[in-house]
Amino acid sequence: MTETFLTINRVRIVVLLALAMAVPFVTYPVLGMTVLCFGLFACSFNLLLGYTGLLSFGHATFLGTAAYVTAHALKAWELPTLPSLALGAGAAALLGAVFGLIAIRRHGIYFAMVTLALAQMMFFVFLKAPFTGGEDGLQGVPRGSLFGLIDLSDDTTLYYVVLAIVVFGLWVIHRAIHSPFGEVLKAIRENEARVTSLGYDVARYKLLAFVLSAGLAGLAGATKVLVFKFATLADVHWHVSGEVVLMTLLGGVGTVIGPMLGAGVVVVLQNELADKVGSFVTIIIGVIFILCVLIFRRGIAGELNELRRRVLGDARSGSADGG
Amino acid sequence: MDDFVLQTYGMTKEFKGFTAVNRVDLNVRRGHIHALIGPNGAGKTTCFNLLTKFLEPTHGRILFNGTDITDEKPAQVARRGIVRSFQISAVFPHLTALQNVRVAMQRGLGTSLHFWRSNRSLDCLNDQAVGILDLVGLKSFAGMAAVEMPYGRKRALEIATTLALDPEVMLLDEPTQGMGHEDVDRVMDLIKRVSANRTILMVEHNMKVVAGISDAITVLARGAVLAEGSYAEVSDDPRVIEAYMGSAANDELVEAL
Repeated sequence: MTETFLTINRVRIVVLLALAMAVPFVTYPVLGMTVLCFGLFACSFNLLLGYTGLLSFGHATFLGTAAYVTAHALKAWELPTLPSLALGAGAAALLGAVFGLIAIRRHGIYFAMVTLALAQMMFFVFLKAPFTGGEDGLQGVPRGSLFGLIDLSDDTTLYYVVLAIVVFGLWVIHRAIHSPFGEVLKAIRENEARVTSLGYDVARYKLLAFVLSAGLAGLAGATKVLVFKFATLADVHWHVSGEVVLMTLLGGVGTVIGPMLGAGVVVVLQNELADKVGSFVTIIIGVIFILCVLIFRRGIAGELNELRRRVLGDARSGSADGG
Repeated sequence: MDDFVLQTYGMTKEFKGFTAVNRVDLNVRRGHIHALIGPNGAGKTTCFNLLTKFLEPTHGRILFNGTDITDEKPAQVARRGIVRSFQISAVFPHLTALQNVRVAMQRGLGTSLHFWRSNRSLDCLNDQAVGILDLVGLKSFAGMAAVEMPYGRKRALEIATTLALDPEVMLLDEPTQGMGHEDVDRVMDLIKRVSANRTILMVEHNMKVVAGISDAITVLARGAVLAEGSYAEVSDDPRVIEAYMGSAANDELVEAL
């Protein structure tokens, strides 16, 4: 049973990867990269919400901070591409540690409000700080090259680099969830007081989860700079913090790949509908979100998993009858 | 003097304008099953919360093996070997029985913050975890999610999880609450068995359990100690009888007396 389960999982991963690699042949690579970046962003957010039970309402800050730092490193300091990305993600993780230390002892809505307040403060900082370009943001950021060998100015080439970065990010999340640390996180989500009574300093575990999540959100933001060649205030706006909640719930909270699907739906809809229905796109996405919460509460991946479980369950009982 | 494992001096907890626990001096002897009883609202659970530091005492001191632990944090107290259960069944519902026990045990490996390591590294604990499940009669439930288990089994699982830490002192908050007769007998027997080489302090309403297995009893009423001693001594005490009279929820004690 476990054997077949693992094989199915492996098959699924290969199929998904093959699909992801085929994207530049069927649509614009930039759209694909946008989905990947926001997907990683949503998955990092889900590490907190789905596996630790923490609702951060300021996650755009980590996306945006990394974007600014990476853009600045590439443009002003003219650092190579990979170190710039690492610097961006590192800055986001550091900021995550600061936010976490302040917010982590609060629960539920209070935690969400503290993260939102901190994020709003950072928005102001980025608006006023000299290196961010204020309202204009940082424009014309060079993509650079990979190890000085592979030029990244071609969108299709960049797509595969972005895909590799995102797969790396997802792998980190997968590892963290299925680690000794992940076991404690799941226990905290289920019954925090009980975990404390077993001798764990719950705050340390939550803080590490928060830092990991912030760092990965940062990796997404840093990668996004390569795609669009700019970093602006839009990335640190609370809209983006709200959007990531939507993507995660739509895709399926507490599933590894769900938020990626949710991000895909939201980004593609925004992209496809923006020039056709204008600002009505917000309403359409709003309606989809409400339907999802009312009818498909597990989200896309959650409902698919449930369906598969039901079909597999039927198949198993069927074969048992046969035997 | 030395064989008290847990002692409190003048332990007091005041909430705004209300004293829930008032100058309680507890002396829990090593190796005893010590029962904490009293009418509803007597401050028993508050006492538990104070002893395990889930609440900060307003006054007083708590000593564990002679060491002052009054200023320590809940997780620290747990690591010293004072592990509690909860009044409302505290299992991890969506983890299997095995995982429930293993989460407690994995702290001992010291790898619990290692997010880069595979959770297969925890499989080395499986045999031991199954052993503990076997001890509480749950071996056949190892692969079942806790949420699907019957109530009595959940309480047993909770005890198994506590036991997995091999605590020096186990604090059980109403271990038989809401159970049918068979389950009560089973849990009573279980407590008796796991009390070897450790001390148990339990809050319990069921007088059959208290009379059956406790070595010492402390009666609380309105936050203060009303009486102390063996079951025979305590049940003869007229103040205890008075405290319980008229409290319909505790008919059992009246009957037992």
